[in-house]
Formats: sequence, structure tokens, C-alpha cells
Amino acid sequence: MPLLEVKDLTVRVEDNEILHGLSLTVNKGEVHAIMGPNGSGKSTLSHVIAGKPDYEVTGGEILFNGEDLLEMDPDERAAKGVFLAFQYPVEIPGVATMTFLRTALNAQRKARGESELLTPAFLKKAYEVADRLNVPRDMLKRGVNVGFSGGEKKRNEILQMALFEPSLCILDEMDSGLDIDALRVAADGVNALRSPDRAMVVITHYQRLLNYVVPDFVHVMSKGRVVKSGGKELALELEASGYTQFEDAA
Amino acid sequence: MPAVQETVERVRRIDVDQYRYGFETLIESDKAPKGLSEDTVAFISAKKSEPAWMLEWRLEAYRRWLTMTEPKWARVNYPKIDYQDLYYYSAPKPKKQVTSLDEIDPEILKTYEKLGIPLREVEVLEGVVRKDGEDAPVERRIAVDAVFDSVSVATTFKEELKKAGVIFMPISEAIREHPELVKKYLGSVVPTSDNFFATLNSAVFSDGSFVYVPPGVRCPMELSTYFRINERNTGQFERTLIIADKGSYVSYLEGCTAPQRDENQLHAAVVELVALDDAEIKYSTVQNWYPGNSEGLGGIYNFVTKRGDCRGKNSKISWTQVETGSAITWKYPSCILRGDNSRGEFYSIAISNGFQQVDSGTKMLHLGKNTTSRIISKGIAAGRSQNTYRGLVTAHRKATGARNFTACDSLLIGDKCGAHTVPYVEAKNSSALFEHEATTSKISEDVLFYCTQRGLSQEEAVGLVVNGFVKDVLQQLPMEFAVEAQKLISISLEGSVG
Repeated sequence: MPLLEVKDLTVRVEDNEILHGLSLTVNKGEVHAIMGPNGSGKSTLSHVIAGKPDYEVTGGEILFNGEDLLEMDPDERAAKGVFLAFQYPVEIPGVATMTFLRTALNAQRKARGESELLTPAFLKKAYEVADRLNVPRDMLKRGVNVGFSGGEKKRNEILQMALFEPSLCILDEMDSGLDIDALRVAADGVNALRSPDRAMVVITHYQRLLNYVVPDFVHVMSKGRVVKSGGKELALELEASGYTQFEDAA
Repeated sequence: MPAVQETVERVRRIDVDQYRYGFETLIESDKAPKGLSEDTVAFISAKKSEPAWMLEWRLEAYRRWLTMTEPKWARVNYPKIDYQDLYYYSAPKPKKQVTSLDEIDPEILKTYEKLGIPLREVEVLEGVVRKDGEDAPVERRIAVDAVFDSVSVATTFKEELKKAGVIFMPISEAIREHPELVKKYLGSVVPTSDNFFATLNSAVFSDGSFVYVPPGVRCPMELSTYFRINERNTGQFERTLIIADKGSYVSYLEGCTAPQRDENQLHAAVVELVALDDAEIKYSTVQNWYPGNSEGLGGIYNFVTKRGDCRGKNSKISWTQVETGSAITWKYPSCILRGDNSRGEFYSIAISNGFQQVDSGTKMLHLGKNTTSRIISKGIAAGRSQNTYRGLVTAHRKATGARNFTACDSLLIGDKCGAHTVPYVEAKNSSALFEHEATTSKISEDVLFYCTQRGLSQEEAVGLVVNGFVKDVLQQLPMEFAVEAQKLISISLEGSVG
């Protein structure tokens, strides 16, 4: 059974249809890149999989391990193993990152019927993950994303991904706002999480990221549809010729 | 912060209309006849076996009250109160003369137990010895004075406090046992003519707490009063007077609850604080009177006058309040900064949900030289509630070097509530430095989505964001109160999203 199956999905926001019959199948262990120009519906797809309100699904379905994802609230999807690394992570003043991580992890564990992690066990795990990703422990004591640089925010997303151990990671424009060094650090973090039990969907505008996180499959989106799929070489082709040809195709 | 997790779990279990403290205790009570007259005032005074001077003081206030009209300037709406339709005195009928805790009606003790107020000293000892994070165990003890309707039913740790020279007793007892202190200070901060509700309180107050800390004494434990309105149609008019003599320190906590009723109940308290030279008073309130149901029916009218006088040089008064209850809250814990170099502080969390109305804030009146004050106010409005911060900061002509910092932050949850900030600032000398900052924000859909994507439910997400928003103020509370307050905050916001 595929991990994620998006079948003929149509999505509206208010009066505009953004996705018009999009299909995508992702198996465990695979890394898929979704590329496309601005406004092609890449981010909408990631939001709908994660369950953001304000989107109306008017057709099609999304199956996750064979279960109907569209029937679940965002927190239920998270507990089932869906993780979205945000393009613009929000700031939550006054809430220490450590508190946030612990509250979220335990909420997920509880929803799965697992026992909650007590503070000592949690701290051990959190520090272990932070050290592994070269995230300074001090960052965990600060308010969630408050005053973080662009690079720090992205690292915080990857830290959460490593801590929650989801089976599907969706990375929405994780390269935006990062300089080349910060990008390399973030990509190393992502690559360390590649595993046969986990799939990744990497959404990006530029080919640059895919030099660091090398995908198994590349899909090109235009105007709310996947217009071409191929191997990693497709990304290079795009880099050379641009998106214009696909806009015409759509 | 393990309390966050605890908080969100509590929220999950509780329904909108389930006010945790909404039970009623069935006990026989001894009431004054309904209505207000000189006879009522005399009845209360006689019940308390008061000396003649006290009765005269009350009657003077009553006569003054007859000439006054109810103020209307607050941003609150309520139907006219019929002052003749209230009971002004209600006491649990004692089975016999009470001399120790063992003789108090077990029903009342049970009520306080349900409220989590440990009255028996043994329980007090056991209840508050706690581990502070991973540090060594910290032993903290709290002396409690419990006021049930109009009467103080028990004061704990009296003997031990006496050894330190601290007087902590019901004010009715203090009037009899320490008339010289009461005469000197009662009404000296909030005069009997001060305002409509304070004057009413002066005429009919029935009980409350009295604290005197002698010179140079640091009160060996936190003092606490727990107020409970139980009786139907009763007003609760408590009176608290705290005096910190030169170089002394005291921390005082106040908690309030009431049963759930369809009719509104009036609560018009007066609190007076006096800090002499180099003395410090820290006064914390967690107010959780019944707020009314989800249709806006019932609830307490909390019309309270609280004022502290930094009478001596280098004195300090700090107010911290967490206001989650009451149908209407109308209060401004204030500081008169009379002594040179004195300092006033006001830290407030005011939460309104459902149909609650809050008009609260503070006054910092700078009279002495180099006086400083700090105001941190966090207003949270949800449901269809209205939440107003109203503040006054003034510097007298002679208050050279006066400084104030004010930060008022409002958080809106949903789109049917309102937050308002009404700051007044008056500086009558050019060396005063007043700063004012204000923000209003909304819990955005993006923040909620981010939190739910990480596995939190909507309610958990709101609880987390709000607890972060009020963190600066929560940190001002004594630890035991901070945990309780954090729970209350989430509970009172239950049902505010989705």
C-alpha cells in the first residue's frame, strides 16, 4: 500500500479553484520533489494534506496508509505521522520552545495511545536530537521562533521533524530566505532523516535545493496540475529551460 | 512548565457551563432582614459586638451614601440594582461558640476542602510542601483566613504568627482587640466618602481580614484570605486592611469563588494597604467569582475599591491580579506614591469570555520625589465579552523625577469581543518621565494551524498561546497561585474557539 495517495484532487479557496484534479502517489522510503512556478498550487497541496482550514476540497481523495485523511482534523493527521515544515514558521511569544515541543510530542503520543514522556526522558531525547542536528541547546529555552533568524526558524522545523519522527515529511519551500551555508545545514538535517520507513515531499521553486536533497522523483506543477513527472534529471532540465514550456502545456 | 499540559487536559474535560466552584453548601444561616436602613447597619454592628465608635463610623458612611448616586462612567452595562432587595448580612449559624477549627460546621469545612483551601494546619503543612522543579524541596506555608458569606470562619497559624508579632485576624476581631490600630488606619486610604460602592461598604461591611506587621518584621509565611459567597441574594462586602510598619514585608493572597446562580450578586469590597518607611506589601488576587452562564444569565457584580498608600519613604506596594470570573468586574487597584522614592506596581491578567464585562486597570498617583511605578496589563477577550483597560498616571507638581512605565497588551479571540484601552496621563512637572506602550493582537489562524499541525487540539493551542501571552504577569505570582491561575485561564477560555 502506498504511504500517500492523492487522487484527482480538486480544491477551492472561496471562488477560485486552485487544484484541478491533481494526483500523486508516494511510497515509503521515497523522496519526491514538487517544482513549479509561483501560483501553480504547490503550497496549496501541502496545506490541504496537512489539513489547513479555509480550503474546500470539492473532489477527489487523499489516502494515508489507506485511511481517508480528509476526514481527520490537523492534530489527528499529525498524530498519524503527517508533518509539514512551514515556509514561514510562526512566532509564539512567551512559550519556550522546549515547552512547545514537549506539549506537542505528548499530545501526539497520547492520541496514538502511547504513554506520555516524563520530563527527564523528554529532556534527554530533545537534547540528543538537538545535539545531533547542531542546534544549540540554548535555542530550546527561547520563545518559539521569537527573534529567530530565517536559518534558525528552518532548523527549528527540522528539529521538530526529527523529534516527532513522522512517516511523511512535507517541506514547503525550505530553501526560501536561506543563504548557501544555512541551506547546507538544513539539507544535512533533512538527509539525516531519510529512511526506508519515511517518505519526503520537497516543495521548491528552485533547483538549487535539489543539489543538496537529491530526490528520487520530480514532479512539475503548473496551474493546479502535475504536468510532468520524471527522475532527478528533470530538475536539471527545468533549470536550463525554465517553466514556460509547461505553462503552455497546462 | 508541566502545568501547561495539566491545563490543557483539564480544559478537554470541562464543558462551557461547568463552573468548577458552582456548588452550594446547605447550611443554616443567620441573616439580617432584607434591605438597607440605619437598623440594618446597627444590626450588623451589634452582631459583631462592635464598640460605639465603630457603629458611629458606619452610620456616618451610611448617611453619606444616601446622598450619593451610582457612578456610570465605566464601560459596563447592567440593570439597575435594587439596594433594598439585598441581604446585607449572612452568617453561617454557629451551633455553639467557636473556639477552634474542630467546632466549625463540618459542612463548611467540606466546602473549603472542595475548593482546595486547606484549613487545617496539618493539611496546610502537607499541602504546600512541594518540590520546586528539580531543586531541593522548598517548604512554604500559608496562613489562611476563610470568609464564608459575611463571616470569617477560620484563621490558621494564628499562634505562630503571633510569635513573630504579626497580627492576622478577621477585621471584626481586630476592631475589638486592636481598636487603636483600626481607628488610626481604617478609612485612611479609602475614606468613607470615597465613592458610591466604597461608602456602601463602609456602612455595611461584615468581615474581612486585618493584618499588621510590626517594624522590621518579615512576615514568616504567605497570608491568604479565601472569600466565598454562598447565600442567595446576599451582597458580600468585605473589608481588608493591611499595615506594613517601618521596614517590614508581607505577601498576601486573596482568592474568591461563588456558587452558580441565575440572579446577579453584588460584591463590593474595599481593600486598604498602608506601607510605612522602607516597608513592602505584595498583594495577589485570583478572582474567580461565578461569571454567569453561556447566555449571560447570573454572575457576580464585582465592584471593588482597592488602594494602597506608600506612605513612607522607600516603601513599595505591588498588586498582582488574575481576573477570570464575575459577570462584571469594575476595579482599579491603585497606589498613592506619597513617600519619596516609593514604588508602585500593577500586574494584571484580565480574561473575559461569554458575556462578561471587564473595566479594570490602575491608578498610580505620584506625589513624592523620585517615585516610580510600573504597569503591565494583559487583557484577553473571547466570546462576546468586552474588556477595557482604564489607567491613570499622574505626577504632582512636587513629584520631581517621577517615572512610570506602562505596557497594555490585549489579545482577542474570535470576532465578537472587544478590547479597549483608556489611558490617562497627567504630568504637572517637567521632570516626570512617563512611557506608555499598547498592543492589540489576535490569535491568528496561522498560529492555530501551526500548533494543530504539531498535534495540539484547537483548545490546547489556545491555552498554550494565552499562557505565553500572560507569562510576564504569571511570574509575579507566588508559585502555588501561579499554577492555579494557569489552570483557571485555560478553563475560562473553554469554548472560545471552533
